[in-house]
Amino acid sequence: MMPTTTAPGGQVGRSVPRLEAVAKVTGRAEYVHHMRLPRMLMGKIVRSTVAHGRLKNIDLGEALKVPGVHRIVTRDDLVKVVPHPYYGPAFHDQPILAIDKVRYVGEPVAVVLASDPHVAEQAAQLVVVDYEELPAVFDEVEAADSLVVVHEELKPAGTFPDLKHLHGVRDTNIALDFRLCRGNPDRAFADADYVFEHTFRTQQVLHVPLEPYVSIAETNGLSMTIHTASQSPSFVRLEIARLLGWPENRVRVQVPFLGGGFGGKLYIKLEALVAALALIVMRPVKIALPMEEQFYTLTKHASTFRIKSAVGKDGRVTARECEIWWNGGAYADIGPRVSQKSGFTAPGPYDIDNVKIASYALYTNLPPAGALRGFGIPQLVWAYESHSDLIARALGIDPLAFRRKNLLRNGRPQATGTVVQDMGADACLERVAALMQWDAPFDRGASPVRRGRGIAIGFKASISPTTSVAVVNVSADGSCTLYCGTVDMGQGSDTALAQIVAEVLNIPAETVRVVHSDTDVTPYDMATLGSRSTFHMGHAVKFAAEDARQKLEALAAEVGLPRGSNQPTRELFMRKYKMQAGNIIGMGSFIPPYTPPDHDTGQSDNITPFWMVGATGVELEVDTETGHVRILKMINVADVGRSINPGIVETQLSGAAIMQLGFTTTEKMQFEAGQVTNASLADYKIPGFLDLPAVIVNEVIDSHQHNGPFGAKGVGESGTFAVSPAIANAIEDAVGVRITSLPITPEAVYLALRASRSGAIEN
Amino acid sequence: MHIRKKTIHFRLNGELVSAEVASHQNLVELLQNLFDLFGARESCGQGLCGCCTVLVDGRSVSGCLYLASFVDGTSVQTVEGLADGQRLDPVQEAFIEAGAFQCGFCTPGFLLMTKQLLDAHPEPNEDQICHYLSGNLCRCASYPEIIRAVKLAASKREKLLS
Repeated sequence: MMPTTTAPGGQVGRSVPRLEAVAKVTGRAEYVHHMRLPRMLMGKIVRSTVAHGRLKNIDLGEALKVPGVHRIVTRDDLVKVVPHPYYGPAFHDQPILAIDKVRYVGEPVAVVLASDPHVAEQAAQLVVVDYEELPAVFDEVEAADSLVVVHEELKPAGTFPDLKHLHGVRDTNIALDFRLCRGNPDRAFADADYVFEHTFRTQQVLHVPLEPYVSIAETNGLSMTIHTASQSPSFVRLEIARLLGWPENRVRVQVPFLGGGFGGKLYIKLEALVAALALIVMRPVKIALPMEEQFYTLTKHASTFRIKSAVGKDGRVTARECEIWWNGGAYADIGPRVSQKSGFTAPGPYDIDNVKIASYALYTNLPPAGALRGFGIPQLVWAYESHSDLIARALGIDPLAFRRKNLLRNGRPQATGTVVQDMGADACLERVAALMQWDAPFDRGASPVRRGRGIAIGFKASISPTTSVAVVNVSADGSCTLYCGTVDMGQGSDTALAQIVAEVLNIPAETVRVVHSDTDVTPYDMATLGSRSTFHMGHAVKFAAEDARQKLEALAAEVGLPRGSNQPTRELFMRKYKMQAGNIIGMGSFIPPYTPPDHDTGQSDNITPFWMVGATGVELEVDTETGHVRILKMINVADVGRSINPGIVETQLSGAAIMQLGFTTTEKMQFEAGQVTNASLADYKIPGFLDLPAVIVNEVIDSHQHNGPFGAKGVGESGTFAVSPAIANAIEDAVGVRITSLPITPEAVYLALRASRSGAIEN
Repeated sequence: MHIRKKTIHFRLNGELVSAEVASHQNLVELLQNLFDLFGARESCGQGLCGCCTVLVDGRSVSGCLYLASFVDGTSVQTVEGLADGQRLDPVQEAFIEAGAFQCGFCTPGFLLMTKQLLDAHPEPNEDQICHYLSGNLCRCASYPEIIRAVKLAASKREKLLS
């Protein structure tokens, strides 16, 4: 039916090179970072210097004297164009510029606009802001019952039914408390042979896409175009429309390639600010953050997780109690979703009859936290898989055997009550064990360098229920264009989705053109997040391509061709329109079935359309004299369903695991009185070549997701899940000390070795 | 703000050009603002990430720290000058074949560093590759694929020479 004469076949499952590969290696790929418009002004943000305070006077006198300053915008100008300037996906709590209070160091207070960014930067330093400082709260556990209240009243957005009960609640920092109860945990604990309880902590880190946050807005007063490095163009459109009180069709959001995203570039970041500024000055406005200001924008939740298990003599876990405090910072962003959507997986991929979970989203006076490659899962796996090894060791059971005994297998209910299907936890665990040669003798090294190995496994549900819509356009020459809102930030979605179109229409994937997000053109998509695109958008794209195929078949019948005729597509159009004219438009939309969890018990018979699994095995050596850890081998195995593009899948797993290695060993935002003190790549160390494990192996298990497009499901996050606890478990295996807080620095290991009083290590 | 300007002359991707630059302007600003070349990008702003890598007289510099006026009289090569028309350089081909990038933001810097590495060491071993490229960061962490790409580029260049 399509332009090629030979059937290409096998488009899905082929390692097609990225469609944009040539553009990326010639420096010509488009990023908002490069974009400039005529008469464009550059904005420089003046940021709060206190963690919590009432905003008093803002003195612009000296700053306005700098030649070249066009205007300095504060709250007074802002509320004239946006009377209720509060945004957010879960809570309408974040002001475009500080109004009455500031709630963290780095919060935007004013913006200097100038044609020359150097002028704006110089003038921004001359803006003097007075604050009446208030006491601040930084620790997530303290925030739960602190007298210091970050927001006087909770303001749920109303988009999520399970947040409605929080409307108008006052004087609390708990933005959401998600609870789950299954079975009878109290009785199981009372009857237990052993009870183990541990507390684990994770640190605040951040995404660090190498293209920092950047947005541009232009407006004529009647409509608005926003060019932005965003993972969620559809959300940006509807949220900007809501803030301005405009219909959606007056707001256009365009997104080219992203220079990385990792969950940072979601919802509203700079978009509302540039939109308001463009309306105030009626000129295009661009804000491009320098690296330092990424540290004031969005972060990954620091967390505290108290986990308690009832265990029988045989090593079976009979009950588990999980209490998690998520440090959401000053604004909710998507934090309450993290608390709930990840919270219900807190007991881990284990078959436990009696479970109790409390997961709290907390406001503190730190930079806001949101989604970061795993949506809370890596924090949870860090705790429950460290806990697994501690229990196994205490009972003298092999850590692998302990996991085998308790693993959640298909056909059994997860903590929500949802019966799991197509979840390859056992296959991933067994494959890691086989690749590690777990049963073979292991060389433990000799003093002072000791060797150890560790294993861990994590799982994640998809973020449900969410919608994707796609359009496939077949032109009169038979060439094919896909319109969809999925944002390619490096994960290879353009290529994978083109492969799905190509498979359905039986054409080479390389010939499919993918139109990037432009909300005037591309249909709705919830967002590019949570490893949802291959499954959700993949379905929508498949349906759209199938719709186009059916219409082509109908066209063939209409022009009198017999069924199964091998006429090229261009011939169909030619017969109908007598010239190269016309289109076939295929449309597809997808939302998976879902049952929301019961508010009191957290129970649901369908909590997710699919489960993701990531398992990691690590071999390492520890220098007992310095605490330095060297990773010799890292093995990552995931269940991604069927790989649409095996080459890109492997890159995703590998990249995710190495990123998590940074969160495990070096990365940590350091704070003093709420001020981040290491806001640069000089002091905040992300992984480079010299940090790589000597050997990295990435594999997927043989898998088919029954309800996935061509058997596929998500992959972007799975490589992150199990890295941190696998390393901690291997360290304990090597030198007998347990690290319970991330990051695992040489200093932390050395101090733990000293504290262990285990003179036997050295002597 | 009193800004001093100076006219400089240099060779840009083979072509003789001139520009009037302010004393505070860096090389990335020069390339982006006056020549519409965006392959060199500022990211960390401290010369630590390598996204702004540019070759000046064949030596890599961090364009975000290197003052524009310093390129007066030199020959500057950017990623845009790597390909010969539509024919890609072997280093570019190797990066595509090895799948050595994801978001692509850091890629121009890696390509130019790889070119410099292979000019100095036509057959680098893995340790040399890692040390040579350790000043370039990739947050997508395509490092294993980049190592493969560099080796592949080395063999492609050798084939071209023989």
